[in-house]
This record gives sequence, structure tokens and C-alpha cells, in this order.
Amino acid sequence: MLGKTAGGLYWMFRYLERAENTARLVDAGFRIALTHSNVRADEWKLLVSTTGEAAAFKDRHDSYTSANVVDFLLRDTSHPYSVMSMIESARMNARLVRTALTREVWEATNECCMTLRDTLAGQIADRDLPLALQTIRQQSALVRGALHGTMLRNDIFNFARIGTFIERAESTARILDVKYYVLLPSVSHVGSSLDNVQWETILRSVSASTAYRQVYGGEPRARTIADFLIFDQRMPRSLAFCRTQTADNLAHLAITYKNETPSNVFCKEMNTRMDTLNIDDVFDHGLHEFLQDFIRQNNELGAKIEKDYRFSE
Amino acid sequence: MSENIRFFDEMNGDGSGRRAPYGEYGAWLDGEDLQRLQQVSKEAEAFFRRTGITFNVYGDPGATERLIPFDIVPRIIAAREWDTLVKGIEQRVRALNAFLHDIYHRQEIIRAGRIPARLIAENEAYLPEMAGFTPPGGIYTHIVGVDLVRTGPDEFFVLEDNARTPSGVSYMLENRETMLQIFPELFSRIPVRRVQKYPAMLRRGLAASAPDIASDKPVVAILTPGIHNSAYYEHSFLADQMGIELVEGHDLRVIDGRVAMRTTQGYTPIDVLYRRVDDEFLDPLTFNPKSMLGVPGIMDIYRAGGITIANAPGTGIADDKAIYSYMPEIVEFYTGEPAKLKNVETYRCGDPDSLAYVLEHLSELVVKEVHGSGGYGMLVGPAASKAELKTFEAKLRARPSNYIAQPTLALSTVPILAKEGLSPRHVDLRPYVIVSPQGIEVTAGGLTRVALKEGSLVVNSSQGGGTKDTWVLED
Repeated sequence: MLGKTAGGLYWMFRYLERAENTARLVDAGFRIALTHSNVRADEWKLLVSTTGEAAAFKDRHDSYTSANVVDFLLRDTSHPYSVMSMIESARMNARLVRTALTREVWEATNECCMTLRDTLAGQIADRDLPLALQTIRQQSALVRGALHGTMLRNDIFNFARIGTFIERAESTARILDVKYYVLLPSVSHVGSSLDNVQWETILRSVSASTAYRQVYGGEPRARTIADFLIFDQRMPRSLAFCRTQTADNLAHLAITYKNETPSNVFCKEMNTRMDTLNIDDVFDHGLHEFLQDFIRQNNELGAKIEKDYRFSE
Repeated sequence: MSENIRFFDEMNGDGSGRRAPYGEYGAWLDGEDLQRLQQVSKEAEAFFRRTGITFNVYGDPGATERLIPFDIVPRIIAAREWDTLVKGIEQRVRALNAFLHDIYHRQEIIRAGRIPARLIAENEAYLPEMAGFTPPGGIYTHIVGVDLVRTGPDEFFVLEDNARTPSGVSYMLENRETMLQIFPELFSRIPVRRVQKYPAMLRRGLAASAPDIASDKPVVAILTPGIHNSAYYEHSFLADQMGIELVEGHDLRVIDGRVAMRTTQGYTPIDVLYRRVDDEFLDPLTFNPKSMLGVPGIMDIYRAGGITIANAPGTGIADDKAIYSYMPEIVEFYTGEPAKLKNVETYRCGDPDSLAYVLEHLSELVVKEVHGSGGYGMLVGPAASKAELKTFEAKLRARPSNYIAQPTLALSTVPILAKEGLSPRHVDLRPYVIVSPQGIEVTAGGLTRVALKEGSLVVNSSQGGGTKDTWVLED
């Protein structure tokens, strides 16, 4: 496979994943804005900083109203990280790697883009927002479904998955980090229940409300939420799940190519380190420090993969 | 067009009844309801949009990817008609290759006085870099598109040859795919020759043209100028269908005397490069030094036998419009028999007598730039205004040898599904020809282009043309 093609697949699926995550963030923010009028602006502000685009937002808007934030995160194509911009980038990459995709995956991606161009064509009123978000979720699910249902489990598939998990790991880590202070034992006291608004945002942002209830039942607690999203291998958006998947995909590539690359080794070492930790160690070490360190390593892994598989010259 | 010209309609002939090739289709059509057909036509468009079959439009930021309109009424050709055409096409393509070999070697045809020396010497498409070099397998034009027009039941003419990088074959394939989806019942009723094997044919032909250095499983790749090129869709479609890599200049570099592509596991040598990049941009070290689309050093590797380039650089000399007028002589010179396919009568405006005639009859003629393509820079006399005629007259007088003129042909029509029902429109046909050391293969049919505007004779997609599925019937 061409290095360029591997890179195109990786980025295509990073963009798709990120677009979906952003839609999920908006969904969480919207839910809170509806039910807690007093925390509205603060929550929207936190959501924007979770995406890492606070500076770009300030260039365009004066206040964190829901209309401004929704517009910025979903439809504004004057910056590269709105859902629409990212879906366009995903489609652009899909065109670039068209020969590596099945017809089903290409058509799902193309249709996703065409549908969202319609959905996100004009300002979205509050009453239309749930439907718009649902459309984004559904359209990305169709692409994922086509990928899983029709693609060979070869290097092409592995590069697509690596892009997905590198992006998802970063996204979950950022969501936790922006709210790390509400999860700290000093604030929430071990064993006490969190402020409803806060845990709701965190869990909804990663579509984990139901999953969390199924695993832990009852009232959410800081320690278990952090444990769930960092260490639980059953949770498809946890850091542990993402890094294990990435390691698996890299291991497949090593077998296919009969060559263990530096990124392979780096990923294994990263996982070995994480496997020795538990949630107590994380809180002892400092949650914020742990997450920052994780994001740094995740980025480094991404950069190593790009280099090892020759995405560009 | 003046009203007294009678056009040959391929479905309805001179009006006395449906022609035989359309018999079975016509019977089906009679049982169809116009509204349903309109509905199906809409579905077909949605199908094209979903699959992303688009071409890029330069200089139009609002709509960078556009669909070529597709008409659901097929153009049908009888087996006997087609088999006669194929013989003519094969002969012509054989002559084109012999001509190219001769032009880049001994130039016997010039010595024999059949074509003037200046036609080659003053032609930009002639590449001195190719002189004395024979491409692997002796093949210059691996892929040729021969544009045909029809004026009567047995009257076919070659309008032009495309010996550089003929495009549009993906539309031929997708049009058939679409017809199979929307009218499956027609194909069980009517025996239509298959076109779907084209990608396999092309891959086989390209592999057979590999240089001696290649293994018995040659590595073939397509070189595209990139995602913004107007035919990018076709490049990726063909790579996909042939199961080969689609590369850009920056994926390639010269390593150890080979042209190699950057893969996830290092550099892999390419044996055959089907390039969809013009000669000028192929190698910045040999041609345009500013080119970012090519591969520095590929021409040296090529001449040393390290790679096959398809089509060979310098083939443009064979499809130039000035050369076109000599094609009957060229075919006869190299095949020893008269040309089976007719040329359209052509006036070379560089010749004073012809120029005088052309200027006198400008309103009846079609005038083309010798090096133009895509229907740009062309005058259709009968459709032109007085002012347009005046402008062109001045152009002709200023640079006569830059133009050729041809009589306005009464191009045949095939009905399209218009809003009000079936309505005749002018068509042409581009069959695709694959040439390899194993022989010449012609697609069954090709791409029918249709001028969607009533009365228009310009079928180019950039000028409001559309396409149709082309059926060649089984015997």
C-alpha cells in the first residue's frame, strides 16, 4: 500500500471520529443548557475549550450563547474543526484513498457529506438541534457500519482503525481533563456524589450514561467515573480500550509487514506502563498531570506511526 | 441549423419506422409510461450523485465537482454495423503506431513525400527526446480513443483521434452499471455485448507492455495529477477497477535505476506507468522544469528500459488536427490498403487556395484550432452570429496555418428523454482501443456523447453535453 494511502485512511477516520465526538459534546452541552439555565454560559465555554478551539471561537464571537457555540462547533467552515469542516476533510481524504475503500464505504462517506451539507446549510434553531445531532450520529454510524461490514481485515482496515482510536483516546482524555477538578477527591470527597450537572456532562459527552448505570448502578461517584473512563476495557471510549485497540492494530501491521516498527515498540511500552497503574495511583500522581501525560504520549505515538509507515516524504 | 437539412435518426431512420437495432427496445418502450421513465431518470441522477461520479470544473469555486448529465435512452448499434467499424478502427490504430515509430526513427513517410517535413519539424507535440528510441514492445499508443460521427445508415466518419490520454471510459462503464440497475429487465430481453471487462483488458494490455526488466507479474500504476484534476474520478475509478495503485508525482522517486513508489514498507519499483499527466509535466528535468506533477528523471529511466510509460511521450504528434487531414495517406502508406474509415473532408487553412475557399464559405463550415481541444476555440459557422464570423475571419487571416476547416456534418441523432418526451439530439461516439504486443482490442461500443441542447452539435461535457449508454447487439 502507498504511504500516502495509509495516511489518507488514518486522517479520514480521525476526522470522522472527531466530528462525531464534537456532535456528542454539543449534545451534552445542549441537554445541560436546557435543564440548568444558570450554568448555561459556563458549560458552553467549557465545551469549546474541550475541543481545544477557544482561541478560534473568541476570534469570531463575543459571548458563549448556545446559538454561537452550536454554530461554531457544527456549521462554521471558516475554521477546520467544525463538524462540517471535518466531514468535508474526511470526504476529501476518502476521495484520495478511494481505491482502498469498498464502494459501500465510499458511498456512505459521500452520502454522509451530502446529507450534512443539507442539514447544516442554515442556522440551526434550538428546536431543530436534536434532529441535526441525530443526523450526524446516524450518518457517521452508516460509514462505520460500511467499514465493519465490507472491508477486508488487512492493513487498510488497520490504518483506518488506528486513526479512529488515536483520535478517540485524545477526545476522552480532553473531556476528562477539562473537568478534572470536579473529579478530584478534595472537591467531591471520597464517596460523596457529584454535582448532577457535572457528571451528566462527562458521561453524556462520551455516550456512557447507560453503560455506567449498567456497570455501577446508583449514584455516580468521582472515583468510579474516572476509573470507568480511564481503565475499563469494556467501555469503548475509555483510554484503556483505545490504547489496547491501537496496540492490536499495530500488532496486525507488524505481522502483515513482518516488521516491528518503533511505533509498535512505543505503543507496547506505553501499555505496559499503564497496565501497572490503577485509579489510586492516578489520583496520587495527579489526575490532571496523568491526563496531560497521556495526551502527550498519544500524540507522540501518532507522530511515530506517520513516520514509520511513510505517510509523507 | 437550417431547417431543410434532414438528420439521420438512429432510432427512427428517415421517419418511415423504427430501425431494426431498436426493434426490441422500441417494443419495450411502447409499453412504458413517460412518467415512470422521468422518475427513473431522477433515480439515475441520484445514483450518480451518491457514487460521486463527478468531474471537476476549473475556475468555478461554487461547483468544483459536477455531474455529467446522463440520458436513459440507450444508443443501439447492430452487430454487423459494429463489426465493420471495428475493422476500420483496428486498421487506423495500427497505422497510428506505425506512423509514430516511423516519425521517431527513419521518417520514411516524409522521404516518400507523403507528408510535408515542416508538419513534424514545426510541431510542438514532436518530442526530440523520443527520436531513435523504441518503447518496450514497440507500442506507442496503449490506449486510443477514436471519435466517430455518423451521418447516415452506412456513413461513419472519424472526427478525431485521441492518442495522448483519452478520457471518459469510466462513464462508459458507469453508464452501463446504471442501466443495469435501473432497467434490469431490458438486459434479460435484449442481448447486449459486455463492456465491463475493460479494466481487466486494460490491465492485461499494460502488463503485456512491461519492459524486459519486469518480473512475470509486472507492477502497474496510474499516475494522476491529483485530486483537483478534472478527471480525478476516472483515475481513481480505473485504479480501483484494475486493482492497482493510484500515484502522484510526490509518491514516486528514482531509486537504483527504477521509478519506485513510496509504500508503507519502503520503495517498490513500478514496471508500467499509465500516466494521466501530459508530456509537458512528466519530467521536470526533461520538459517543463516547473512541473510538480511528474517524476524528476523518469525520462532517463524510460530510455534505459527501466519502465514503460503509457501512452509513450510524444504520441501527440499523431492526433494533431493538422496531421488528421493526412490520415488517409498515413493509413494507406503503412497498411498498404485504403483507409476503411473515412476522414471528414478537411481544409488546411495554411494552404492559400483552401484559405480562400474557407473564408468564402465560413458560414457553412466548422473551423477548429489545430492544437485546440475540448470544443474550445472553435467556430460552428451555421450557428455563429455575424460578429462571431467577423472575429474568426480576422483570426484566420492573421494565423491561417493555426486552423483547419470542415464542412458542417449532418450528425445523426438519437432520442433523449426530454421534459415533453422523447426528442432527437445529436451524438458522437468514442470507442476505446487497447494496444499491446498481444494485439488490438476495441470496446464493444464506447462512450456516446450527446448534445443536450436542441439543435446543438457540440457534445463536449464542458459545453453542456451529456452521455448515453451505448449498446452493441450480439449477433
